Amino acid sequence: MTTATLSPPATLSNAASFEARAVKAGARRNRLLSLPALIIIGIFGVLPLLIICVYSFLVAAPYGGVQWQFSTDAYLNFLFQRDIFDDTLQFTPDFLIIYLRSFLFAVVTTVICLLLGFPTAYFMATRPPAQRNWWVLLITIPFWSNLLVRTLAIMFIIRDEGLINNALLALGVIDKPITMLYTNFAIQLGLLYAFLPFMVLPLYSSLEKLDFRLIEAGYDLYATRRQVLWRVIIPLSKPGIIAGCLLVFIPALGAYVTPLILGGGVHLMIGDLIAQQFGSGRNWPLGCAQALILMAAVLVALFFYVRNTSGKMQHG
Amino acid sequence: MGIAFKNRVTAPQLPSRPAYGDNQIGTNLPPRAGSLNGVIVPEQPGKSAIEVRGVRKVFGTGENQVAALDTVSVSIRENEFFTLLGPSGCGKTTLLRLIAGFDFPSAGEILLHGQDIAPLPPFKRPVNTVFQSYALFPHMTVAQNIGFGLEMLGTPKAEIEARVAQMLKLVKMEALKARRTSQISGGQQQRVALARALAPQPKVLLLDEPLSALDYKLRKEMQIELKRLQHETGITFIFVTHDQEEALTMSDRIAVMSAGKILQVGSPRDIYDRPAERFVADFIGETNFLAGTVVSKKSGVATVKFASDATIGAGYPEGFDPTGEVTLVVRPEHADLVPDPAKGTITGTLSNIVYFGTDTHYHVKLDGGGENFIVRHQNTRSSPVTYETGAKVGIQFEEDAARVLKD
Repeated sequence: MTTATLSPPATLSNAASFEARAVKAGARRNRLLSLPALIIIGIFGVLPLLIICVYSFLVAAPYGGVQWQFSTDAYLNFLFQRDIFDDTLQFTPDFLIIYLRSFLFAVVTTVICLLLGFPTAYFMATRPPAQRNWWVLLITIPFWSNLLVRTLAIMFIIRDEGLINNALLALGVIDKPITMLYTNFAIQLGLLYAFLPFMVLPLYSSLEKLDFRLIEAGYDLYATRRQVLWRVIIPLSKPGIIAGCLLVFIPALGAYVTPLILGGGVHLMIGDLIAQQFGSGRNWPLGCAQALILMAAVLVALFFYVRNTSGKMQHG
Repeated sequence: MGIAFKNRVTAPQLPSRPAYGDNQIGTNLPPRAGSLNGVIVPEQPGKSAIEVRGVRKVFGTGENQVAALDTVSVSIRENEFFTLLGPSGCGKTTLLRLIAGFDFPSAGEILLHGQDIAPLPPFKRPVNTVFQSYALFPHMTVAQNIGFGLEMLGTPKAEIEARVAQMLKLVKMEALKARRTSQISGGQQQRVALARALAPQPKVLLLDEPLSALDYKLRKEMQIELKRLQHETGITFIFVTHDQEEALTMSDRIAVMSAGKILQVGSPRDIYDRPAERFVADFIGETNFLAGTVVSKKSGVATVKFASDATIGAGYPEGFDPTGEVTLVVRPEHADLVPDPAKGTITGTLSNIVYFGTDTHYHVKLDGGGENFIVRHQNTRSSPVTYETGAKVGIQFEEDAARVLKD
């Protein structure tokens, strides 16, 4: 634009285009900022998922790996077994049972973590501000050491010659050790231990933001302690409850190390099952299919969970 | 209709009162003590709604102990608009919280219609609070907020709906009943908080600086609104504020508090015209302090001599015996400027003239030294004399203008 055309409207449009350019540049900068995260998600998240997706539709090679030949056998094998002689499909619920058991473990873990975590988080959130950080620090202490190491430590505590049994034997409470290791109990204990902090922390962060004058207002309006809990505290800490439940349920469902060590490979969970396909099972496509089915199941469960909780609590 | 307390309250139920909105509003209210529209109603003995007896509240332990309330006793009458007035940290909110039941007294009794409620939890007291921050439930609508108290009392659904509708009408919020509390303005939140606290028809309504978050105009509106609500509902209001103007304009009686003690209880007129202590005079309105010496006393009036040898008669509170060097207090509007210094009781030089619209403040540097003396003149269409800064002036006092007070 030359100076000769600098009439008032031209100046205006000039300013407007400058503003538009500035906005565009700002948007470009923001996109640039998200680039590192996008690269990482692409390489370590989306790409492997695509590979799994492709592999699940291929044929297993005899010594692991895949043969490049399209097949839906992996998905069929999840529910059916192909008879070696007449090639018919027979329904086998083995995998389904393992999936259901894993779901059950995950649900029980989530519920117990919530029941234990809520009072804990409430206690922490009601301490004087200076004390709260110390409590958060205490909750995070388990993260200072590896989960594998901590799970092995549990194993040493609950095994037949472990701390608990030895103590009970020495005290004469029992005359032969109680078998705890390699049972469902051991797996459940391990899962609770591993995931409790993931429940407490989001609950705490949501309860800490709670305006405690609302609780006083509840009492003032004739609500008993129980009514204040159900009508004021719980609805207002809903975001923390949802976040905590997701953070516990999803990893608990796919837990691998804990059931492997404490279940002794006898009580399989989904994580072990999938790992087996890539190891001794030498059936990569089946492992990929199982992983994708798990993902789909979690997504469906999530969908219903979030829809239900947000619907119910709105009315509360 | 009375309040259905579902076995929660052990207090004897009082004679029932018609619900507001039933029939004519405010027709069968008992006569009220204190001021009503500026008219002084002779004080009646009146039954007390709340009686605070020797209440102490100590926070902290060991060496960190702080007495927020230091043996306070006060009696608040039925249907009264009673204000606790004082600077922040004077214990007024602590006293309110003790009456509400959020804290428990370290010593003493709090009687509600003769029954000690001090050990009861808040949900067993027929007392509701309007919080400073309103404390509306953000996960509920306006109507749900207002109905919450009744719902907790186990009131039948139909009755809750009727009462909520009535309350919405009372605070003029019918149009916004389905809104979330985050979707309405501060003034509207204030109204909802009031309606929520009034809905269960408490015996006493506690208001903890409810107007402090509002802007000036809205605050003025709500002051009138609050008076109207109190008049219509006939509920005893206990109002906490640090704003002396608010206290003077709204209250039947005021308790002035400082450092955990109640210094004076009285009607706004009493408190303003006959402050019992220097703190009260200083805190409420503007006051001039003058040094003088008591030369004689006769039937409640002390003759006080200034450094200039001029004398003045000054009243003093009952039970106080002023002698020797004393401080006199004079309200700025109870003194007058005269152009001729010789005609003034005291004299000085005009150091500053501040125009306020409705009135003008003349700051006078007194000849004897000390603080500036302020004289307030109401501005009229024809102000007779104009003064210039630097002029020598005299100050005259109206009769009964000066009082001797405890320091």
